[in-house]
Amino acid sequence: MIPEIGHFALIIALCLALILALVPAWGAWRGNSVAMALAPSLAIGLLVFVGISFICLTTAFLQDDFSVKLVASHSNSLLPSIYKFAAVWGNHEGSLLLWALILALWTAAVALFSSQLPLLVLSRVLSVMGGISVGFLSFSLITSNPFARLLPAAPADGSDLNPLLQDPGLIIHPPLLYMGYVGFSVAFAFAIAALLGGRLDASWARWSRPWTNIAWAFLSLGIMLGSWWAYYELGWGGWWFWDPVENASFMPWLAGTALIHSLAATEKRGLFKSWTVLLAIFTFSLSLLGTFLVRSGVLTSVHAFATDPARGMFILVFLAIVVGGSLTLYAFRAPAVSSRVSFGWVSRESLLLCNNVVFLVATLTVLFGTLFPLIVDALGLGKVSVGPPYFNAVFVPLMALLVPLMGLGPVSRWKRDAVERWRGELAIPAVVAVLCGITLPLLHAPYNIWVALAVLLSSWLVLGLARDLWQRLRSASSAGQGLARLTPGYCGMLIAHLGFAACVVGIVATSQYSVEHDLKMSPGDSRVLAGYEFRFVEVVQVRGPNFVADEARFEVTRDGVPVASMGPQKRRYLASGSVMTEAAIDAGLFRDLYVAMGEPVGSSGAWAMRLHFKPLVRWMWLGAILMALGAFTAALDKRYRRQREVIHSSGEAVLRGA
Amino acid sequence: MGPRLKLFLPLILFALLAITLFRGLGLDPNEMPSALIDRPLPAFNLPALGQTGMVSAADVTGQPALLNVWATWCVSCRVEHPYLKQLAQQGIPIFGLNYKDDDLAAQRWLEELGDPYRFNIADREGTLGLDLGVYGAPETYLLDATGVVRYRHAGVVDEKVWQTILEPLYLALSKGNGVP
Repeated sequence: MIPEIGHFALIIALCLALILALVPAWGAWRGNSVAMALAPSLAIGLLVFVGISFICLTTAFLQDDFSVKLVASHSNSLLPSIYKFAAVWGNHEGSLLLWALILALWTAAVALFSSQLPLLVLSRVLSVMGGISVGFLSFSLITSNPFARLLPAAPADGSDLNPLLQDPGLIIHPPLLYMGYVGFSVAFAFAIAALLGGRLDASWARWSRPWTNIAWAFLSLGIMLGSWWAYYELGWGGWWFWDPVENASFMPWLAGTALIHSLAATEKRGLFKSWTVLLAIFTFSLSLLGTFLVRSGVLTSVHAFATDPARGMFILVFLAIVVGGSLTLYAFRAPAVSSRVSFGWVSRESLLLCNNVVFLVATLTVLFGTLFPLIVDALGLGKVSVGPPYFNAVFVPLMALLVPLMGLGPVSRWKRDAVERWRGELAIPAVVAVLCGITLPLLHAPYNIWVALAVLLSSWLVLGLARDLWQRLRSASSAGQGLARLTPGYCGMLIAHLGFAACVVGIVATSQYSVEHDLKMSPGDSRVLAGYEFRFVEVVQVRGPNFVADEARFEVTRDGVPVASMGPQKRRYLASGSVMTEAAIDAGLFRDLYVAMGEPVGSSGAWAMRLHFKPLVRWMWLGAILMALGAFTAALDKRYRRQREVIHSSGEAVLRGA
Repeated sequence: MGPRLKLFLPLILFALLAITLFRGLGLDPNEMPSALIDRPLPAFNLPALGQTGMVSAADVTGQPALLNVWATWCVSCRVEHPYLKQLAQQGIPIFGLNYKDDDLAAQRWLEELGDPYRFNIADREGTLGLDLGVYGAPETYLLDATGVVRYRHAGVVDEKVWQTILEPLYLALSKGNGVP
């Protein structure tokens, strides 16, 4: 009964989405305020019904209703409850429903928190989002109904969730990722509404900024969790593989980063208007493209969902309507003349422009690398695959180009700045950065030129931020007052840029300094790795809720001082019989120790073991968390909540930092 | 109309992309371009991984067998590996083609994860892979007793692929040879 209620609620949600897509848009076109005023309540109704549907599916999973096909093929009665819950989105149909739910959530959030928006704009924005909902809800109902039954032959037990997905990181990874993906639909909807209204002024940029920041923050966290999960769950210590599915989430992030910065220029200076609109369309299109790539089966990937050409066709048509439609609208409505606002070559505007160029090139590079096999295949030229060397070769120089400019960003001024002034401001940071770059890598022998370069660039970035912060605090009468005067927007920028610096150091140090040993060890053996002595004590049998495992016990000491007890496992899941490696990790701010079990070697009790020493690997994820935190902070800025009249009249907003 | 025309550029680029994606839907990335089907394995003379001798096409003939293309840099190969071991335990002959790989890394991999292969051809430069038309690892070729390629599967061989595609073909080939 419950699955049928869910199915029915989903149908009602589709009807509401249809009305939301059509009626308020019609109202906005004909100037009918009654029709326009329907939009917020429709948006909330949409959320309620998609919510009911989602709760029904969750109930089916939690109650082990194996007559539902989805539950039977992705859950199991032995599965711990929390994983039964996560199993709801550990498959194509359920994750699509989650996607629809999050879209409804964002739509309702826009409806609730936009009382300062003119009704005309709000109704257009909500209509656009309703239209996207129509696409996803009908996709779910037509090609991927999550409530399909297996009657009358319901199995006694389910075939279990993929053990790779039975992991705490994977419980929240998809929701966070989708919050990001789908969140970009808000910026997209604002851009479309602005194009429809023909008014591409600073106000649409200001309305979009907090939403874009929040979406970007969620996406950063989602990508970070995915990378962290790959690191400890897949069992070989890697954290990024340039896999098509990873790229699918990374492309919107890159384009979104460009969008955030371009929105700043549009809001503050009325610049790059057409360009920013295009970026907003581009960012959300990449989210949709990611969905297409992951679910259509056009690319092979380790973690693609079960695929089906009918689904691929549906998303492609949807993609063509959304992206094709919005780009057509863009071509006809975007202002063709370049704005009359001028800026000098040495100015914050041109730095933001550089940021945009770098991130756009990066996005296109990843896009091209991801699609290249497909393009070659479609042209009938054979089959190829593109690997990490390509991505690294393009990506590393791009980032190395970006960071020096990033250091200039915070101290730079709008409109026109002077190189002499930059020289005066940044001479000391530059010298200190060079010193840091030379000296800090000495802490770790042997000296590594790449790490030195990364430290040099990151300290340049951090010191530039510090210099600017100090300038601001110095002009205030006391430090406390100076801090109080900093806007959340400024603090957010500070935190996010710091996060980026941490990320750069973490990535380079881990790639350059990691020590990995694969070796055969018997109980009693010990091995020294980067100063840590790993002693293999014994192998014991352990039993989990739905698996049995061999657990190796390791004692790690450094100079005789105990550091950690580690217990990597080799698990056999009972329902599916699949064997999984569960690595043991001793995490630290400056280094991770990592032990994973391979296979037993011979009959003497020896095992193949994988020991890693990974310095600064946490900095990468810590950096991503800081970036997300920064974006959240920036979204708190009061000026996004002020009435629009006030902001329109204020010239001083222009002068404050972005 | 000049500046306005420029704004159509994104639309045109997207249209090209959409056409490519549409073409892509009709193509199965796991499908073999059938150039080698029913043709003998290309001739080769390459070192055997971890051994001193050389191996050639004659060494993989004699019974229907699988030729599995793998490498330590290949993520999916690790996913596939446990199932290959199961197949090997069932007595299915599997030969490995260690593709564009480092010999030491490959030997470590086999020591650590177990070795389902009768032997491995060390194709360090990818020359045999090129002749075979390998586009990425993992790939698995089904050979008959005379070394003729009967089927190619690109991507991971798992239980489903084995039971629905490879096993029926393999059994048919085995029967033809009078091997149970």
